Amino acid sequence: MKSRTFRRHFRESFKNLSRNGWMTFAAVSAVTVTLLLVGVFLTILLNLNKAATDIENDVEVRVLVKLEATKTEQEKLKEQLLSLPEVASVTYSPKEKELQNLIKDMGEDFALFEQNNPLYDVFVVKTKHPTDTPKVAKKIKRFDYTEDAVYGEKKVERLFSFLKTSRNVGLVLSLGLLFTAMFLISNTIKMTIFARRKEIEIMRLVGATNWFIRWPFLLEGLWLGLIGSVLPVAAVSVGYSYVVKAITTHVQGHFIQPLPYFPFIWQISGVILLIGAFIGMWGSFMAVRRFLKI
Amino acid sequence: MIEMKGVTKKYPNGVLALRGVDISIKQGEFVYVVGPSGAGKSTFIKLMYREEKPTNGRIVVNGVNLSTLKARSVPLLRRQIGVVFQDFKLLPTLTVYENVAFAMEVIEESPAVIKKRVMEVLELVGLKNKARMLPEELSGGEQQRVSIARSIVNKPKVVIADEPTGNLDPDTAWDIMDIFEKINAQGTTLVMATHNKEIVNTVRRRVVAIEGGCIVRDEQRGDYGYEV
Repeated sequence: MKSRTFRRHFRESFKNLSRNGWMTFAAVSAVTVTLLLVGVFLTILLNLNKAATDIENDVEVRVLVKLEATKTEQEKLKEQLLSLPEVASVTYSPKEKELQNLIKDMGEDFALFEQNNPLYDVFVVKTKHPTDTPKVAKKIKRFDYTEDAVYGEKKVERLFSFLKTSRNVGLVLSLGLLFTAMFLISNTIKMTIFARRKEIEIMRLVGATNWFIRWPFLLEGLWLGLIGSVLPVAAVSVGYSYVVKAITTHVQGHFIQPLPYFPFIWQISGVILLIGAFIGMWGSFMAVRRFLKI
Repeated sequence: MIEMKGVTKKYPNGVLALRGVDISIKQGEFVYVVGPSGAGKSTFIKLMYREEKPTNGRIVVNGVNLSTLKARSVPLLRRQIGVVFQDFKLLPTLTVYENVAFAMEVIEESPAVIKKRVMEVLELVGLKNKARMLPEELSGGEQQRVSIARSIVNKPKVVIADEPTGNLDPDTAWDIMDIFEKINAQGTTLVMATHNKEIVNTVRRRVVAIEGGCIVRDEQRGDYGYEV
């Protein structure tokens, strides 16, 4: 294709947007509404996913070291723990520190135990994949200097299965929403192009090749998609900044945090724009195809 | 220029529009296609610019065998054929100039050449001073002249017209005929399906009559032959 022709298609696609004002408005509104839904839903879903990951990552195995273990034996246990392939980190927490934590959580009454500390020295083990926790705990229990390995057994297993289900449901819902968006947008574009089938018929009569006919429509679809994405991007950007502010003041210092505004807002904006552009072009392509059958 | 040999067209709904049509039209001829409504005239015309494909038989237009022509090559064929319709088929959002220029943009002509040629043909059809108007601002006759200008802008060897005067009053129809005669005088083959008895009987040319999907009459300098 000559560059002059491509410039013509470019110009033509813009002219067509204004020539078919109401159709453009209808298609852009459809894109805006559906992408707004997609944007908001994706933001919620990704944050829930982040929360789930935060919860999972908070799961740890507390390895209680046998009281009689000597310093060297404790070192040996630590090496054993680190040698497990699933283990990400091992942190030592002596019984004095454990007691301080207990006093902090439960109150000054527990300060009585400072005379005769009944607690164990503890290794806090984090796994690379949180779901490996039960397996790792089981292995650790078999080690020589382990008194016990605790991780909240039943609760954690239930939590993991709950998170797995929610993620799957979220995935299915977002796929469903995406398909609905594609269907809605491409149908609106189809209608706008259907109204212009005479134009395509005349183009064919004067000997335009199929791609010559297609290009302006594809570009038009691209602009429709991009213009329709502007409002959803703006709404999500502004809305999310408020949500992040509100949540962070409420749950300061908590282990669950919303996705940080940057780079999340760039990512979600990019996704919305990409979906808009893709669906716009795809919708145009499918609609024009119907009238190009020779 | 145009050759048909044993051409049959059966539509998917079972209607047999043409059966065993043989015809040969030479370069520079002016041919009227007449016959009652539903006789197969429009199908006959559509086959020539490959809007329809024949069910059987062979069609050659300007040296191109349409029976074996690939879909991909149809646009190239159309650029060598000008087509004019009863309902003008103009794009309502484009000006007169743009409607005509469009047929040249399609073949990726340079803007300078387009401008020169479009003004030339608009002058030929007498619409040079209305180049910036929209089709809806023109009369029916003027719209048909735009459509004729578009059909000849790429200097086709053949112009095919399907009832070009069907929507026009008698005086305007004569204006259109004058333009067709000018085009034909320049050596362009002209095939025109029509119901206009007065024109056919006054401007005597070759007349091909189609009835029931068959050519029933083919006369040089013939007459309309039907009561209106």
